[in-house]
Amino acid sequence: MKEEIVIAGFGGQGVLSMGKILAYSGLMEDKEVTWMPSYGPEQRGGTANVTVILSDKRISSPVLNSYDTAVVLNQQSLDKFESKVKPGGVLIYDNYGIHTPPTRTDIEVYKIEAMEATFELKNAKAFNMIVLGALLKVKPIVSVESVLKALKKTLPERHHHLIPMNEEALKIGMGLIGK
Amino acid sequence: MEEVRLMKGNEALAHAAVRYGADGYFGYPITPQSEVLEELEQLRPWETTGMVVLQAESELAAINMVYAGAACGKVVFTSSSSPGISLMQEGISYIAASEVPALIVNVMRGGPGLGTIHPSQADYFQAVKGGGHGDYHLIVLAPSSVQEMCDFVWLGWDLAFKYRTGAMLLADGLVGQMMEKVVLPEPRQRRTEEQVRQQCPWAINGRKGMRPRNVITSLELVDEIMEQNNLRFQRTYREIEKNEVRYEAINTKGCDYLFVAFGSMARICQKVMEVAAEEGIKIGLLRPITLWPFPSKQIKEAAAGVKGIMVVELSAGQMVEDVRLAVECRVDVKHYGRLGGIVPTPEEVLDELKKQFAIGK
Repeated sequence: MKEEIVIAGFGGQGVLSMGKILAYSGLMEDKEVTWMPSYGPEQRGGTANVTVILSDKRISSPVLNSYDTAVVLNQQSLDKFESKVKPGGVLIYDNYGIHTPPTRTDIEVYKIEAMEATFELKNAKAFNMIVLGALLKVKPIVSVESVLKALKKTLPERHHHLIPMNEEALKIGMGLIGK
Repeated sequence: MEEVRLMKGNEALAHAAVRYGADGYFGYPITPQSEVLEELEQLRPWETTGMVVLQAESELAAINMVYAGAACGKVVFTSSSSPGISLMQEGISYIAASEVPALIVNVMRGGPGLGTIHPSQADYFQAVKGGGHGDYHLIVLAPSSVQEMCDFVWLGWDLAFKYRTGAMLLADGLVGQMMEKVVLPEPRQRRTEEQVRQQCPWAINGRKGMRPRNVITSLELVDEIMEQNNLRFQRTYREIEKNEVRYEAINTKGCDYLFVAFGSMARICQKVMEVAAEEGIKIGLLRPITLWPFPSKQIKEAAAGVKGIMVVELSAGQMVEDVRLAVECRVDVKHYGRLGGIVPTPEEVLDELKKQFAIGK
């Protein structure tokens, strides 16, 4: 198994940490993982993206030109990455603020309303976990159990009480697919 | 067995240093390696091992603190990125001339000047051909994974102490910023004062009436003695060339084309090889791990029978000169590089290989 994923959005949306949780979850399942952020000034309010690769085998390049799956969370990222999904691949995008939706027909496109769900939940911090839930519903590359295990491992003990909220957010995200 | 962790290259490097039993880190923050100092501050080794972690007032101060610590036989290091490493060159030359062991980490970014904050390999010449003044070499190690960012800290210090020379870990922003699995080595105790005296009888740590005076200096105004010093340095360099060449060869047997690439570019070339194999193009990779001493002999051997070599590096063409020397220009050696912080994609490198060698035409 090998899954090459890009997650892209605004800085502050939790793009990098969502990638980190996904990578950690892969680690929990003994997979090879790489997490390669775009770093630098563009993180401050501009666009941020991260490439996450999960594989059963040694991973060669952490830098890619095309992806099995793209998760895009704003218009700029959609414009940038729609063309970079491999034919037959998956594109998941959050509908909030999108004025020009994707047009490709040779890939599976999923529109989600994660930002709306965040407003309903009244918890902006849950956004990236909702999106991760949607991704895992479409592509169950890691189990929810592994995600929770990863959270337990990476969050400091004083934040462990937030794990049930994250689990809830994952479930909400999963429910957004096929809505 | 030690647990597997997920870390950035810069973070793994910090952990590796503490676990080696390092005595001190002296540095000044600069992207893309600021996580080294940040992680050390998080680890607070001064509370556990007694290691000193100090943010110096400048790169100049940092490298001279390293020089002083090394002169005392201490396990010390600094890290910076390209512009900061340029500032340290005077100190590095003094470290070489004084024959003290020190580790210097350069997580390269795009230059020249302040340049960009994104990955580059354009400090190759500076690292392997001198950088500072005078006839000297650093042992230069080029990690291409997070695990190697960790392992080469240990290797770098081992070699630096073995030969009483400076060792440089020449990484780039990509290897520093990327997160991968890493297994950290078992932590070791810092050496006791007695152990330092045994390992480094040359160090300046107080003679206590027991031994003749040790002097560490790079100044020698008697030309004849300075020439003898230089000849001694050169003998050490020949020993290093004989014993310490390291490289990785992947699919080099029976390949039609050979990539020579180091660090992050070696990773990208491996992806190119996967894609090319599907198209029936057989490419091998010779990855120098030590950029100095350079694996010239191994490149020459791997190049026997290939149709061409492509050196892929994040520079306008630096290592390519050493590859041409290695094969004595008997093989067609091409170069591809992106500049100023741009990293090429695997597809781009493959297209370039096909174009430059007219493959499939």
